[in-house]
Amino acid sequence: MPLFERLYNFAHWLTQDREEAEDLVQETYAKALKGFRSFQPGTNFRAWIYQILRNTFLTSRTGLKSTVPLDLESDEQTLLAVDDTPETIVLQRSDRQLVQKALGRLPVPYREVLLLCEFEEMSYQEISATLAIPIGTVMSRLSRARRALRDTVQELQGS
Amino acid sequence: MDCARWTGKLDAYFDGELLADEARALDEHLRGCAACAAEGLRRVQWKRAVAAAGQRFVPAPAFRARIERTIAARRPSPSRRHWLPVFITATAAALLIAGGLLLALQYDGRSEQQLMSELVDQHVTTLASANPVDVVSTDRHTVKPWFEGRIPFTFNLPELQGSPFVLIGGRVSYLGQSPGAELIFRVRQHQISVFVFQERGLEGVRGSMGMRTSHSFEVRSWLQNGLRYFVIGDANGQDLDKLSELLKGAG
Repeated sequence: MPLFERLYNFAHWLTQDREEAEDLVQETYAKALKGFRSFQPGTNFRAWIYQILRNTFLTSRTGLKSTVPLDLESDEQTLLAVDDTPETIVLQRSDRQLVQKALGRLPVPYREVLLLCEFEEMSYQEISATLAIPIGTVMSRLSRARRALRDTVQELQGS
Repeated sequence: MDCARWTGKLDAYFDGELLADEARALDEHLRGCAACAAEGLRRVQWKRAVAAAGQRFVPAPAFRARIERTIAARRPSPSRRHWLPVFITATAAALLIAGGLLLALQYDGRSEQQLMSELVDQHVTTLASANPVDVVSTDRHTVKPWFEGRIPFTFNLPELQGSPFVLIGGRVSYLGQSPGAELIFRVRQHQISVFVFQERGLEGVRGSMGMRTSHSFEVRSWLQNGLRYFVIGDANGQDLDKLSELLKGAG
């Protein structure tokens, strides 16, 4: 059940806890089965079920605590920004755990948008549907999240 | 356009989100600009690093079993007991769709609805699979010969140059114990499955097959030269129509 494993992986990344992740996935399936008729034919099934999972997470105790407000998200500002630390970080294969640790430290909105884009390989359109945010915000949030990840990895490397 | 402007578009470029003209122009620039090429390489490394790091947590077998029991317990009628276990061992997504469809549709024997459900299941399984195709090639002259000896018929694939569609590859599929071809195409970020089966192989199970336009996914189907084509995907209906026309033109 590949999608099941991916949903669980994403749930665990969000909750950072095995038991909570299991509860989240179970509730997601229950809601998906119960509300299947709300699925719009012709729309994206994967985005639909990830949206259920994420909305369920946001209403959980951990999820409510995770919704710290991000800085004002300007759609244009970050898109045109040139990276200010071009050659300071060189990633190696052995840095996987380091990147995982850094991902775990990011605020949930950054962590989830990075995982949906890079790991789930969702299009901006799918991410927009999953997170219920405009595509411009997807782009600016991704840009900020990528920078935040690089900064966090750099901090971890220096510590 | 200067390098700073191009650098601002690198992420969208590597995310596959630039328009074709802009992507070509940036591609051209990267070939001639060492600084932007190096920056591009660095971004790709980060993308790969996050993609690799993203796979971290694996569900416990006991939890998987619990979910399977939960889904199985929700079956609405005894009439689908005989095929439900197949779904359980397939994908949870398939279970969701089949369960949902059967809640919405009256299940009565091997009907057109079940046929569509099976195809949608196969499509979803393909979407979710880490290795969705057995022959990986964008070249129709590679993909078509690969099926020779694997399925009991042959078919033609269209020339896709100048169209928004890209052939990803194919694999052997089965419907009602009849072997057929599943071809996977991509249009923008959407994957579309095209199933081709011999019409006579489906007769025993198909009943009066008509033209369906959609279930959960957009679906197109037609009969051509004794072959039944099914085009299934979550792309918009116009994309499926275009791909269907290309296939009809080649067939």
